Amino acid sequence: MSTIQGEPFIINIGPQHPSTHGVFRIKATVDGERVIDAEMVMGYLHRSMEKLAEERTYTQNIPFTDRTDYLSSMSNNLGYVLAVEKLAGIDVPDRGQAIRVIMAEFQRLASHCMAVGAFTNDTGAWQTPIMWCFREREKVLDLFEMTSGARLTCNYMRIGGVAFDLPKGFEEAARKTLAGFPQLIDELDAMLSGNEIFLARTKGVGVLTPEMATNASLTGPMLRGSGIAWDIRKADPYCGYEQYDFQIPIGYNGDSYDRFSVRLEEMRQSVKIIQQALDRLPGGPHSTQVPLALRPPKGEAYARVEGPRGELGYYLVSDEGPSPFRFHIRPPSFINLSALKEMTVGGTVADAIVVLGSIDIVVGEIDR
Amino acid sequence: MKQPFLVSDKWYDIRDLSNLSNEILHQVDRALPGEAAYILSPLLGFVFVFLLFVLPTQLYLGVLGERKIIGRMQSRYGPNRTGKFGVLQPIADAAKLLTKEALTPRYADKTIMYLAPVLFVMPAVMVWAVIPFGPEMIIADIPNSLVYYLAVSSVPTLVIFMGGWSHNNKYSLFGAIRIVAMGVSYEVPLVMALLGVVVMTGSLSLNGIVFWQDAFDIWLVALQPLAFAIFFICVSAELNRTPVDIAEAESELGSGYLTEYSGMKWGLFYGMDIAYALAASALGATIFFGGWSFFGLQDWVPSWLFFIGKLYAFYFLFIWTRGTLPRLRIDQLMAFCWKYLFPLALFNLFIVATERVIWTDGLDGEKGFVYIFAAANILATIVLVVTWARFLGYRPENQTTKPRLVNEAGGYVPVTPASGEGR
Repeated sequence: MSTIQGEPFIINIGPQHPSTHGVFRIKATVDGERVIDAEMVMGYLHRSMEKLAEERTYTQNIPFTDRTDYLSSMSNNLGYVLAVEKLAGIDVPDRGQAIRVIMAEFQRLASHCMAVGAFTNDTGAWQTPIMWCFREREKVLDLFEMTSGARLTCNYMRIGGVAFDLPKGFEEAARKTLAGFPQLIDELDAMLSGNEIFLARTKGVGVLTPEMATNASLTGPMLRGSGIAWDIRKADPYCGYEQYDFQIPIGYNGDSYDRFSVRLEEMRQSVKIIQQALDRLPGGPHSTQVPLALRPPKGEAYARVEGPRGELGYYLVSDEGPSPFRFHIRPPSFINLSALKEMTVGGTVADAIVVLGSIDIVVGEIDR
Repeated sequence: MKQPFLVSDKWYDIRDLSNLSNEILHQVDRALPGEAAYILSPLLGFVFVFLLFVLPTQLYLGVLGERKIIGRMQSRYGPNRTGKFGVLQPIADAAKLLTKEALTPRYADKTIMYLAPVLFVMPAVMVWAVIPFGPEMIIADIPNSLVYYLAVSSVPTLVIFMGGWSHNNKYSLFGAIRIVAMGVSYEVPLVMALLGVVVMTGSLSLNGIVFWQDAFDIWLVALQPLAFAIFFICVSAELNRTPVDIAEAESELGSGYLTEYSGMKWGLFYGMDIAYALAASALGATIFFGGWSFFGLQDWVPSWLFFIGKLYAFYFLFIWTRGTLPRLRIDQLMAFCWKYLFPLALFNLFIVATERVIWTDGLDGEKGFVYIFAAANILATIVLVVTWARFLGYRPENQTTKPRLVNEAGGYVPVTPASGEGR
């Protein structure tokens, strides 16, 4: 035999694989360790939520939004109720707005904890950073339990405000929880940002140029990692985000490391926002009275929020009935995932795992 | 060679447990006819070393201790439900593994798949034959025991390849191919690094290396810091432990060559992995940390206690790296081996050989010069590592680790030299 002839073969990363974060499959064609083609297979978790929502009233649909992106239910609630409020022209009292901001930012902290932890786990840091992240995330979930009664699927936002006012002792507990986060971020920084192995695994891996990122209409940390300053909270403020002082972190090259560092910095900014919101929490009612069987006027509305994973949009069409005529979600993970092939092809299998981790997908949101 | 201060061959002298085993063999020899004592002697060694020391340590340090320590590193408790402080956890684990169904994939090569776990156990037992627990406490005191150890401990690479290949599973195949590439490569700098030790001490026997360290009152970790660093990294690679556990690679390959193993077949791999790590810790403690010697104190305190203490301390290093570091990619791992470890091991060998020649020919083997060499070698290690890394283009100061911050939303913000250049 003069030369060794290799032939590419297909390897299924998922649907049961520790690093696909749910039931998601990458059908990767590999030549040795190198990925030469990648195809995404999804739909294992499809529950036809968008269709089911057309049969339920506007209020009944709120719990559905919890279950799309189950790691950031508060942000999903918020996006949906904003769309309904836009459709029906409902105003929200100041206190309700502030509580929404606090909850959405806490949700971002919890979700980024999960994202950063799972990402470091994918690079092979054997469970240590993810456990540290979980330690702090638990405290946020305790806060959610305190306010809404649920930890993961909170179902807390209502059309016209929030379901309940903040409980007694919330502010104190929230400040205590917040105090833990700068320490956690510094710990992660010390352990990972200066770690040569971590940098070697993530720098220059899964590079997204600004053109690629905008062409694929990516949003959130993916887009900001590529050096594009875009944040719905700044570009199209909702819930009074214009009153708060915070900054947008952006990366340099659009590689996996930039996405990671952007997420870490966003956590710092979220802590800042929550502290400001707690400092100037207005009094008054937390919600306006809205008829139970809401029948918004004919028309359509699209509301978007900056979810932890990117632009989370809800599109609603009303035909003056008690339930939406059309209910559509713009799920950030699904759209962010569309750049996966460009990022993985040419890298190794190990890189593909890191890239997938850096996208921070939630399969419940991809498949809905 | 310096003899221990109090030499006694009384069986109750616990400073040297080999007296006890010799006493037993004498009694056996007297009671039983013929060659019975010769047959019994290795069995007794096996009982003493493996069943009384390695197995309990494996269960309690490897299974429970490791999980507890890593648990603490990850701010959680670790196993604490089975018995007080989880002391029954290893037993519960073993019972669970024994009662689990051992699945075999339909298209697997069944013979090889069954053979691999069995073959994996044998070297793990065999390497303990040459580990000195005390001046006399050694099952087989062969003159070239270091070569024996290295030869036997490279067998598992082949066995892991057998296991990975036999499954007919692509993930296992990845793991198998990776371990072959890595195991063969990392053997080279490992041997080169240990060659420096051999040149310095002039002995291929592990016990001889310990006697040398005892005689000169210095641990080789001070005299050969670079060799120690290379040894530790290479041994981690051979043992498949993070940061170089790419053959298992839980998050990438779903445990690589172990993917299709279940039940006790998996349990044998898991248990013997720990036994290998313990054996490697024993080797490291023997060669670099003075083995059973402790600056003359071993004449008063049982020497095997020092040895076991050092072994545990060394094993803790493995646990620590596992709990802290991410995993390298295979190409980075190979590049690291051939571009960094191998040249540095050669440099180290060159320095040691020079020192040895100067020492024996020019300085008549004066004891005090060892400390000068140690200081020189520590300095040389730092200089060599830094220079070599920079020579190969490693520039940590150019790396940017913090993102930029902007106040307003807009479009693309170009990377300017002022805001830092990403690498």
